[in-house]
Amino acid sequence: MLEVRDLHASVNGHAILKGVDLAVKKGEVHAIMGPNGSGKSTLAHVLAGRPGYEVTRGEVLYRGRDLLTMSPEERAREGVFLAFQYPVEIAGVSNVYFLKAAVNAVRKHRGQPELDAIDFLGLVKEKAKVVDMDESLVKRPVNEGFSGGEKKRNEIFQMAVLDPSLAILDETDSGLDIDALRTVANGVNQLRSPERAMVLVTHYQRLLDYIVPDVVHVLVDGRIVKSGGKDLALELEKKGYEWLEAPAGPR
Amino acid sequence: MSAATQAPAFPAEVAHWRDEYESFRAGLRAEEPEWVRGLRAAGIRAFEEAGFPTTRLEDWRHTSVSAIARTRFARPSPSIARPVRGRPLEGRQLVFVNGRYAPELSSAPAPEGVQVRSLREVLDRQPELVQPYLDRQASGPGRPFVALNSAFLDDGACISVAANAVVTDPIQIAFLSASGTDGPTASHPRVLIVAGRGSQATVVESYDGAAGAVYLTNAVTEVALEDGAILDHYRVQRESATAFHVGSLCVTQGRASRFTSHAIALGASLSRLDLRQVFAGEGGECVLDGLFLAGDSQHTDIHTWVDHAQPHCTTRELYKGIVDGRARGVFVGRILVRAGAQKTDAIQTNKNLILSREALVDSLPQLEILADDVKCKHGSTTGQLDPLALFYLRSRGIGEEAARALLTYAFASEVVQRIGVEALRADLTEHLQRRLPGPPEIKEATV
Repeated sequence: MLEVRDLHASVNGHAILKGVDLAVKKGEVHAIMGPNGSGKSTLAHVLAGRPGYEVTRGEVLYRGRDLLTMSPEERAREGVFLAFQYPVEIAGVSNVYFLKAAVNAVRKHRGQPELDAIDFLGLVKEKAKVVDMDESLVKRPVNEGFSGGEKKRNEIFQMAVLDPSLAILDETDSGLDIDALRTVANGVNQLRSPERAMVLVTHYQRLLDYIVPDVVHVLVDGRIVKSGGKDLALELEKKGYEWLEAPAGPR
Repeated sequence: MSAATQAPAFPAEVAHWRDEYESFRAGLRAEEPEWVRGLRAAGIRAFEEAGFPTTRLEDWRHTSVSAIARTRFARPSPSIARPVRGRPLEGRQLVFVNGRYAPELSSAPAPEGVQVRSLREVLDRQPELVQPYLDRQASGPGRPFVALNSAFLDDGACISVAANAVVTDPIQIAFLSASGTDGPTASHPRVLIVAGRGSQATVVESYDGAAGAVYLTNAVTEVALEDGAILDHYRVQRESATAFHVGSLCVTQGRASRFTSHAIALGASLSRLDLRQVFAGEGGECVLDGLFLAGDSQHTDIHTWVDHAQPHCTTRELYKGIVDGRARGVFVGRILVRAGAQKTDAIQTNKNLILSREALVDSLPQLEILADDVKCKHGSTTGQLDPLALFYLRSRGIGEEAARALLTYAFASEVVQRIGVEALRADLTEHLQRRLPGPPEIKEATV
């Protein structure tokens, strides 16, 4: 599904990613952990195509195709989804119509007929259940006046509606109380499927109690320094990141 | 204003208006009351003294009117006073063509408790009705366009809402313009609105013109809200792209009155609105909303003056501007809180969106506070679309062009959605969809 090879990227001239290798197969859930400033969020945004995040070396293949040459919207239409750490508030645009425009852009790209208002609202009703999303939020302007938890739910709700093949969740757990975390994690678990790959970017092991990953990677200073099974997360929780922070070797 | 001590700029151009005035005056009926003639004479004198404003004057620093000064506008002859296009609004309305009341196009609104008549008719039949209100607020030093309007005082609209009347249907007045066969024309419509004690009404004032017509609309509206009156005022400027529009809206608010203004500026190559408001009694509330859209080489300027002369008054001001092409927008908003105007609560916000590299907005919010127990705040932002919001939309599959359109449209919608007259809101929505870039289907996505 996703193959990242020797990925280097910089933001505003600062090198952040310094050679990331990562392979995620469909049906798998990978967690990427690491200390602050290690490049976790940068990796997530580079995969989604954020302008200004410059790839200086390496390649990314998504379903065998070069992901890096695609625009952000092409990636989305091809099935890549990024759940933002800080979902953006957009005054004046209603959540439901925003999502309808998005769904229909994706459907059009796939050669499917666009959904009419009734079919779309049916889809919204069904998917709102995944994260117990209050339907009144669906009609409000995108993320405007939402609490932190509501914003994160909205991200997972959008993910459910857009039905991506590769979902990248950037610190979806940060800032959530335990109830909200359970709800969001439960939503994500419902969306696990043999056809979908997920990359969870997280700072804390806590999320992984609820969403059990197949593989855990540790990103330190722009490189993956260790990979392992779900037990690696527990080890990190106990020992912290310091024991891994010396670079694993020259690259 | 120091201008009076200098020789007026554009002397030959000013002389042109004196000639126009003399020929206009010669054609007026002899039996008009002396005070009306006096008002005109004072107008032309004040205009001659001041001349056309130059950019050396603080109030005109960002807007040059030399294109207006240099154009020899003539008075429209009655023969060209014919419909220039369909009625701009739905429903009953008073229609004016080139500043003159057009009864054949009008269906005078006649809801109970309100009188809507042409100013010409009132001046002819019952001038004493308007004497206490006409030009009580508009004139003043440094207002040459108001003086010019007074010099050519002839026609316009008179709206009088009876005390305690509640008028639900909007009272609509429409000014249409066309250029004459002999070249550019000028009209100087005057609108007088008196909202009686405890009354409630909505007035829609619109300015439209025939495409391609070159003309000057120099409009003055005076509004008096008596104690406890509530008035929603809409001013929609959709002049032809080759026209000039200069307008003044002067508002006096009585005790515990509420005035809401929606000033929408879409047309004209050069457009300027001066909004002057004063709280003459305690406990008043004033809401000023505005939106301008300027593309190509349009120049749109709005100046607002809010005068908290009394305590316990509230102002909420929100102006938004969108500029594209080589357009220029100007917002100058001044709120004065006088000594003694305690418990003033004023918020002024100006937000501008710049869509092209060459477009420009000057934004100058100003607060002058002379009282010590007040709550005042102002803010101004001018910039391009938020790159992160663009990325967010694109990351959901929405194309870049559509995402830009959606965000631009959403920016305007904050003001549009506050328009309470449904037909007007729909009209404006349609206009924005036509003018703003991007595919039409995306725009239904806004709230």
